[in-house]
Amino acid sequence: MAPLTLDELRKKRKEARKEIYLREGEYKSKIIVHMGTCGIAAGAREIVSAFLGEIENLTEKNVMLTASGCAGLCSMEPMATVELLNSPSVKYGNLTTDKAKRIFKEHIIGGNIVTEYAIGIGSEKGG
Amino acid sequence: MAVRRIELMLCTGTGCVAGGAFRIKETLEKEIQKQGLDKEVSVIITGCNGFCGQGPLMVVQPDNIFYGFLNEEDIPFLVQEHLLKGRPVKKLMFTPSEKKEPVPLLSEIPFFKKQMLVALRNKGIIDPEKIDDYIARDGYTALEKILSSMTPDDVIDEIIRSGLRGRGGGGFPTGTKWKICRTEQKTPKYIICNCDEGDPGAYMDRSVFESDPHTVIEGMIIGAYAIGVSHGYIYARTEYPLAIKRMQLALTQAREYGLLGENILGSGFNFDMEIREGSGAFVCGEETSLIHSIEGKGPEPRQRPPFPAQSGIWDCPTVINNVETWANVPVIINRGADWFSKIGTETSKGTKIFSLVGKINNTGLIEVPMGITLREVVYDIGGGIPDNKKFKAVQTGGPSGGCIPHSMIDVPIDYESLTKAGSMMGSGGMIVMDEDTCMVDVAKFFIQFTNDESCGKCTTCRDGSDALLEVLTNITNGNGKEEDLEFLEEAGNAIKDASMCGLGTTLPNPVLSTLKYFRDEYEAHIKERRCPALVCKNLIKYYILPEKCTGCKLCLKNCPPGAIKGELKHIHIIDQSKCTKCGTCLDVCPPKVSAIIKVSGKETENITGIEEPYPVKKKEK
Repeated sequence: MAPLTLDELRKKRKEARKEIYLREGEYKSKIIVHMGTCGIAAGAREIVSAFLGEIENLTEKNVMLTASGCAGLCSMEPMATVELLNSPSVKYGNLTTDKAKRIFKEHIIGGNIVTEYAIGIGSEKGG
Repeated sequence: MAVRRIELMLCTGTGCVAGGAFRIKETLEKEIQKQGLDKEVSVIITGCNGFCGQGPLMVVQPDNIFYGFLNEEDIPFLVQEHLLKGRPVKKLMFTPSEKKEPVPLLSEIPFFKKQMLVALRNKGIIDPEKIDDYIARDGYTALEKILSSMTPDDVIDEIIRSGLRGRGGGGFPTGTKWKICRTEQKTPKYIICNCDEGDPGAYMDRSVFESDPHTVIEGMIIGAYAIGVSHGYIYARTEYPLAIKRMQLALTQAREYGLLGENILGSGFNFDMEIREGSGAFVCGEETSLIHSIEGKGPEPRQRPPFPAQSGIWDCPTVINNVETWANVPVIINRGADWFSKIGTETSKGTKIFSLVGKINNTGLIEVPMGITLREVVYDIGGGIPDNKKFKAVQTGGPSGGCIPHSMIDVPIDYESLTKAGSMMGSGGMIVMDEDTCMVDVAKFFIQFTNDESCGKCTTCRDGSDALLEVLTNITNGNGKEEDLEFLEEAGNAIKDASMCGLGTTLPNPVLSTLKYFRDEYEAHIKERRCPALVCKNLIKYYILPEKCTGCKLCLKNCPPGAIKGELKHIHIIDQSKCTKCGTCLDVCPPKVSAIIKVSGKETENITGIEEPYPVKKKEK
């Protein structure tokens, strides 16, 4: 490999940053896919792949994709919760890969809740 | 690499590797494959995470969940539960000794909370074998900065203003050392990174090499530019194979990128360096010995001045800095001297890495701001002393340091305060001792070490350490004389005054500091033939209490020399003439029985008064 110039090093840094974004913990939004036995059986893993594919296309990787257990509404699986910074979380149910892609585009990127798929806004209150 | 949703930051520092980290990596990868998660999860190897007492360990990102004491059997469950189903596994999380509930997040674990990372800023976050990981974390931006906007004098000025002092033990102001070398007329000049870490129980330098080798390389390139150097050396001990391997790899990668070699980043500046492996003589940590070793001569120190910055390797001006000192340089250049000098105390700026070991709950490698107290380190970060034992002393600065007693636990950690307390900063070893530690025995241990490692050039160091060792051995064997204490003090001070290098001038510290703070223990050994901590074998005896012994034969079966007489349901007796005082009986006797006692001094007369086993009396109901 030929030695780098200053500009090439800077360009390399920009590329390299994309590789380590998971470790630095600065996110604007978070997607939680519910991966209980019910969720997995209903196809939650395809939903994860769909979201991951969308994140891959982002230039700035500021979306965190994580899994959690059963949300308690097993008949509506696969489900996902979307949290944007400083806004209430939104639960989506009966997801398909196409719905996931639309939610990503409109809600995560655009900031608008996809009301027709949403099944609840805000977290359940504890007693 | 395609994006992943989870990265497993698996520690592969030497400690975790010894604990099986690479086997765990294989198992993790196999299980991830099995669950079809290989497109979603990747395993990243990192250098030392620092919480070595919990190893093998890993951190799951982006959740920031810490798992310790991993073993291969737990991996399938972990992969299925956490990685697939998103349910973190409680039993592998860290639970502080006084609590019942585990602490899932790394950032909430007390061990990590009070730390401040400067030199170790990338530990556990980057793969030390990938230069791109370092570059992504602002690596080599400090180099960019100096090459495009700073003159060598600007760089030296910035380092002087930061207040950075040598982290290898001496604490000499780094920028001043650079300036002295820069103004010398003679050329060529050299720089050296001192990674000859030899203190028992200390592994700061090794961990920096293993977790972030490029920060040292970048620091050295900056130093070379400032001082006007085109060739550097890394002196590392050959007992650090993993550290050397990672540094070698890092050097190769830096050369490929044009960060080392000719015309660095098109700036016209040339610099390269090589690793020299030492064979692990403790005295090579001393700078003039180190220089002799690189030159291929015997590792013996020489008289200073001239200091190496004036006349060092091949009689040329040479700056030697410790690993940690170099690791701080890129951060100071990037964030500025003003930022750095706000951390720490009046005379000690920045942070310091310590290896916290000994009788402490949270063993590991820590980086803390200067000025933090020993109490905060021992109790908040270290989590206190195991088994509710009492804290007795902390030994800082390795074999050249001293023991600081409990009464001084609120001393702030900085160069001057530690020296005033009779110890020293040293390179950062910190050994915690509890009430079961005999301070005379500790002094003997360190003198044994320095006596072995003395190069023999100075009579006071060579023969003086012999004399100290002989007297300390007599005292711990129960043959001490009252005049011994005066001798230890006198000889200790003479060795300090008349030895040439740092090894000799500091080797009496463990003796002098324990004499100062724990004189009563020395006196008990000499006057009463008693070891208060019940450690010195010649001064202790084990007995079986007849009123407690149940005659279960457990100690009898386990006694290595077969020194226990008895039969089932009969009181057992230890034959003192055969007993080697290994303490196995005490360890195996069930806690609810606790029939074995350890005694010293007058109590060693046959306190049970029985000679032959007899049947255990049935308890009256």
